[in-house]
Amino acid sequence: MTGCAKRCKQGLIKFALTLHKLVTGTLNKDKADDDLEMTVVCHRPEGLDQMEAQTNFSKRELQVLYRGFKNECPSGVVSEETFKQIYSKFFPHGDASAYAHYLFNAFDTGHTGSIKFEDFVTALSILLRGSVTEKLQWTFNLYDINRDGYINKEEMTDIVRAIYDMMGKYTYPVLKTDAPKQHVDAFFQKMDKNRDGVVTLDEFILSCQEDENIMRSLQLFENVI
Amino acid sequence: MAAGVATWLPFARAAAVGWLPLAKKTMPKPPVDNTSRSDEILYVNVSGVRFQTWKNTLDRYPDTLLGSSEKEFFFNEDTQEYFFDRDPEMFRHILNFYRTGKLHYPRHECIQAFDEELAFYGIVPEIIGDCCMEEYRDRKKENQERLAEDTEANESTDAPLPPHSTPRERLWRAFENPHTSTMALVFYYVTGFFIAVSVIANVVETVPCRPPKGKVKDLPCGEKYDLAFFCMDTACVLIFTFEYLMRLFAAPSRCKFMRSVMSVIDVVAIMPYYIGLVMPENEDVSGAFVTLRVFRVFRIFKFSRHSQGLRILGYTLKSCASELGFLLFSLTMAIIIFATVMFYAEKGTASSTFTSIPASFWYTIVTMTTLGYGDMVPSTIAGKIFGSICSLSGVLVIALPVPVIVSNFSRIYHQNQRADKMRAQQVCMHLCFQTHLDRDRDSDSTALCVKNRSAFEHQHHHLLHCLEKTTNHEFTDEMNYSELCMTESVGFRTSRSTSLSSQQGAQNNSTGCCPRRVRRRAAMRLANSTVSVSRGSVQELDTLQFKTTTIPHQTRSSLNAQPDNLKLNCGEQDFTAAIISIPTPPANTPDESLPPSPAPIPGILRNTQATAYTHESFKISSL
Repeated sequence: MTGCAKRCKQGLIKFALTLHKLVTGTLNKDKADDDLEMTVVCHRPEGLDQMEAQTNFSKRELQVLYRGFKNECPSGVVSEETFKQIYSKFFPHGDASAYAHYLFNAFDTGHTGSIKFEDFVTALSILLRGSVTEKLQWTFNLYDINRDGYINKEEMTDIVRAIYDMMGKYTYPVLKTDAPKQHVDAFFQKMDKNRDGVVTLDEFILSCQEDENIMRSLQLFENVI
Repeated sequence: MAAGVATWLPFARAAAVGWLPLAKKTMPKPPVDNTSRSDEILYVNVSGVRFQTWKNTLDRYPDTLLGSSEKEFFFNEDTQEYFFDRDPEMFRHILNFYRTGKLHYPRHECIQAFDEELAFYGIVPEIIGDCCMEEYRDRKKENQERLAEDTEANESTDAPLPPHSTPRERLWRAFENPHTSTMALVFYYVTGFFIAVSVIANVVETVPCRPPKGKVKDLPCGEKYDLAFFCMDTACVLIFTFEYLMRLFAAPSRCKFMRSVMSVIDVVAIMPYYIGLVMPENEDVSGAFVTLRVFRVFRIFKFSRHSQGLRILGYTLKSCASELGFLLFSLTMAIIIFATVMFYAEKGTASSTFTSIPASFWYTIVTMTTLGYGDMVPSTIAGKIFGSICSLSGVLVIALPVPVIVSNFSRIYHQNQRADKMRAQQVCMHLCFQTHLDRDRDSDSTALCVKNRSAFEHQHHHLLHCLEKTTNHEFTDEMNYSELCMTESVGFRTSRSTSLSSQQGAQNNSTGCCPRRVRRRAAMRLANSTVSVSRGSVQELDTLQFKTTTIPHQTRSSLNAQPDNLKLNCGEQDFTAAIISIPTPPANTPDESLPPSPAPIPGILRNTQATAYTHESFKISSL
């Protein structure tokens, strides 16, 4: 009863305020002012030399990367929404937002909610110039959604479903509803050596190193930049 | 934030590493990227003003002059820069487009000059950002109207008479342009005079004159001096009839003339007289005869041939027809609502003037237009309240379309004034406008075909390919998808194919799955299907071609300018898919070494030798 009365009171106050604004003619102005007061988040990356030391990129490459990054995001940070939008542009057929979410979390190592240039460059450095172990470690991190050190079936199913979502509805052959599940089962069959239902980092790295296809594919992405 | 996807592509491709452990097959080979990655600064000299920019910036839009190899034609070896002999002020805006991805329209610039610059640099005007698009469209429309009017004015019959014209043509010209010959001018003024006389006579004959001797009541002058008025009327009608017959004779197209407004007015003006002559002096029909005389007032509209202002007014009303229609419609709605309300509010009162809802219409109209005759007045309190609301709302509803009509009138009036001024400087103007028109026509139809496929597209397709490999499914489109669903449920497989390659493919593959694929390919080629399709082992690159008529071809700039419209879902009807296939030698197919996978298709794909794919064409487009 008290909750109801409280809500009624709040409603009445809001109504009175609206009426007052209507009478004095200031109905819409305040909103615009509020928007202006919002702070613009801006971030500057650390120095070029430091970054060159920390990553596997040369100075020139870092310069090119930063110029592109700054051009797209003048404020210096990428929010998750923007990230999802950008990633969705590459996969117009399906819904890339779920996978983009996981990818965002993998990039945003500091869990700050936005990707800065350092995060961007660190991840790219690992993915393109890192050693096989580093790449596999990054991938493990991507799959391990809750960052507990283990990939269980639910996490893997989420990831695989997100990837299948990117394919969209119209695929050939027709996408069956249990295709993700089958995929996950096959994955665990291969990766989970001790059959304990979870995949640890070592199991993952070991299994990947045994698979020639994966090893070969990892080399393909070296020349992206 | 300008979402330029090209910059993010490398990162998206790098992120594809995350799919690798899940993929059952190896990824396809990435496209070879020959362009050097090191960025260099380009110098662009536009009429002496030097601009510098990164090469990458210009490469963002490969379908434009600056982004493609076309700019090499302007490269000056001596100074090692690109020289353009164009307006540097405009170039600033063009270059900003490359930098920010948004094209802005400078308000102080002439719209035609801006359009020409855009056409030169190969940029489609449709990508102007939302902030400037409205202004651009308004100016463009205004300009086009102006040009159309000017050409019309110049094509009008002010040109000198062709040497061998028949008397009929000369007569028509005399009627249409009175100031070309003295006779025509005289006739023009005479008819004008008689129109005025006729109208005044109509008016005066109803004024009460002093009664003749012996009568008490006042008589209208028309009845007192009826012979005089009858003679005047006859003379006027004779002149009008003569004029009408002459015009009918001289008109180049008699049917068209008879249907024109002015001729209808002429007929309506003179018919009552003849009908009156023919009709007998019968009491019954004299009433109808009297009403016919009302139509004589239409003679006043004949003045519009003599007055330009009247014509402008008429033209304004015609061009504001939609606003007037809206006004009328909203008024009707309001009238009905208020009339109903007032009727029921006043229903109870005795001796109320609001006898029915239609009767209340009169009250509502009089109140809404703030006339307030006072013949119908509400007496109940509710009626008075609603009556006041009615009058307040009437003011608002009527005030709304009026500014539009006024602005239209002023625009047309000024255009007419300008037209008169220009007739004084005829010849030179005429020539200039012709060339302008030609150039406009040309620029509208300029289609920019870029034959190069950009590295961006290669890489993007490679990325999509990797996704296909990871999930072991392929992209297809809605049409084929529904076909597949049907065939799967029915279990019916036919192999209908119309193209050579698919026939060859069918020969190579004898299992049931292939016909589906083959038919799909054939259907894809023929139909207007949506969404891109990519194949497995054969390296086929798909592009989507926009079929809109306004945009000659879409470029990556469209990706940047309109991020919301690019969901290439199957609902879109504007795309056609063109299939491009690059024949690859069989040795390249990486599927050979694969273990049998759950989906039977890819294995069979292997056998479709790519040699059969010798087609066709492709336009470029981009995603």
